[in-house]
Amino acid sequence: MNKVELQKTANEVRKGIVTAVHSAKAGHPGGSLSAADVYTYLYFEEMNIDPKDPKKADRDRFVLSKGHTAPGLYSTLAQRGYFPVEDLKTLRQLGSYLQGHPDMKHIPGVDMSSGSLGQGISAAVGMALSAKLSNDSYRVYTLLGDGEIQEGQVWEAAMFAGHRKLDNLVVMVDNNGLQIDGKIEDVCSPYPIGDKFKAFNFHVIENVDAHDFDAIKAAFDEAKATKGMPTAIVFKSVKGKGVSFMENNAGWHGKAPNDDEYATAMADLEKVGEAICQK
Amino acid sequence: MSEVVKVATRDSYGNALVECGKEYPNLVVLDADLAAATKTGTFLKAFPERHIDCGIAECNMVGIAAGLAATGKIPFVSSFAMFAAGRAFEQVRNSVAYPHLNVKIGATHAGISVGEDGATHQCNEDIALMRSIPGMVVINPSDDVEAKAAVKAAIEHDGPVYLRFGRLATPVINDTPDYKFELGKGVVLREGKDVAIIATGLCVAEALAAADKLAADGISAKVINIHTIKPLDEELVLAAAKETGKVVTVEEHSVIGGLGSAVCDCLSEKAPTPVLKIGVNDVFGESGPATKLIAKYGLDAEGIYSKVKSFV
Repeated sequence: MNKVELQKTANEVRKGIVTAVHSAKAGHPGGSLSAADVYTYLYFEEMNIDPKDPKKADRDRFVLSKGHTAPGLYSTLAQRGYFPVEDLKTLRQLGSYLQGHPDMKHIPGVDMSSGSLGQGISAAVGMALSAKLSNDSYRVYTLLGDGEIQEGQVWEAAMFAGHRKLDNLVVMVDNNGLQIDGKIEDVCSPYPIGDKFKAFNFHVIENVDAHDFDAIKAAFDEAKATKGMPTAIVFKSVKGKGVSFMENNAGWHGKAPNDDEYATAMADLEKVGEAICQK
Repeated sequence: MSEVVKVATRDSYGNALVECGKEYPNLVVLDADLAAATKTGTFLKAFPERHIDCGIAECNMVGIAAGLAATGKIPFVSSFAMFAAGRAFEQVRNSVAYPHLNVKIGATHAGISVGEDGATHQCNEDIALMRSIPGMVVINPSDDVEAKAAVKAAIEHDGPVYLRFGRLATPVINDTPDYKFELGKGVVLREGKDVAIIATGLCVAEALAAADKLAADGISAKVINIHTIKPLDEELVLAAAKETGKVVTVEEHSVIGGLGSAVCDCLSEKAPTPVLKIGVNDVFGESGPATKLIAKYGLDAEGIYSKVKSFV
């Protein structure tokens, strides 16, 4: 996919996020929107995957450690063809397979159940270790929130990954700067993020613009070329990216838009889409 | 009579892992800096490349095991019961059991028979914790023979299994030619008509000895070994309750939430029967030699005997 196609796809992913959360009347749009471009790049460019064979043995794995941003993952999987886009409207409904947090048992394309913060990264580390143990060539990607890295287990996992030199592992931090209770530096600052991963023997790529596909590509290419140590990519992102009233607003961490807000959000994204098409 | 052979089930665990490691190339053992104590060090010697020391980080270890299981390995995570079931409870629940991943938890140093380390390391709550998780199998073997068989059965079962092992060397009671381990099936070790003593773990041998003493007093006690606490052999429990009209449960675990509770859950619904729960009575343990602690907390043959006698 070229850059414009990726941008268009990411915009469709964003529409799916807003639609799913609006339909569910609950969910986490802010952190889903901030990572939409990263999800898009992962599933349309970076990872060796096949929507027709979601469980193929040699596929790359993705673990959404910040599992509450499932709408972002689901919308991307739907765009990629794992399941119908229409199903996004069943998010969080009784009887739907689209659970509030990722459920590997029932959702095609989901490699690990997650949602309890700090746990996904450990599972991703286990998968990367597993590949090393059996000389498999698949790579493992995991996305964490910048608030999530307040969890101590994240650093247990990082210590282990660095110690074992898991260069098939990419740990991504979606640094949108906001958590439920406010700014991350006001609540309990995890900064400096990059230095922490460096101290745990990671190759660190910092200040990557999470909404610039050239920057995203460069970061993943650098990660792939890195041998002998795991890579951490710290993505600088805008929470709620693409929806005017949600951007940089902690209040939209875990709240669904009402009908009027939904109309505004979709209009915002239509405008973004039109602008991309004119490029 | 020949001398009683005693083996700690943590040793059985280490030995069984080596045996099974030969048969299952995808078996991987994880430990958290306790390989010498949990006896996974035995496996480390035999299969160094398949022994993963995670350092002192049990929550991460359980998560790593989840990732290993999700990619086709059969991981055994090993630590003391306190940390495997206690500290890492939520990781076991959410990362292992919710996705029903094929992770086996080998928890050693369960109960007060940890001895000198005292209350911080004496986990009397692990059965209760693990039993409450949907889809979790909970096994508490009674001796060396059963512990080794349980490891094998855990591998053959697809899904999460919690295995409880002890630090103290205890009598081997199952070394019979026809011994067979069946997951979820209790074992009648002695017939009796006045009372049914349902025991688990190291308390099984003590219950058998107590039954001898009761017999000398003219009390006929049926003794059942429940190695699988979940799923419980309800059929056997119900039959024993109906047969004897009085049930005693014995476990080296809190009387809250363990075998006693599992038996009461079953009986209260299907065949209300008076039950005496013998276990650790909602208190913490303390430092001391294991055998003296077992006696002090009333879990030895003498303690079981006197409680059953006044109950019957």
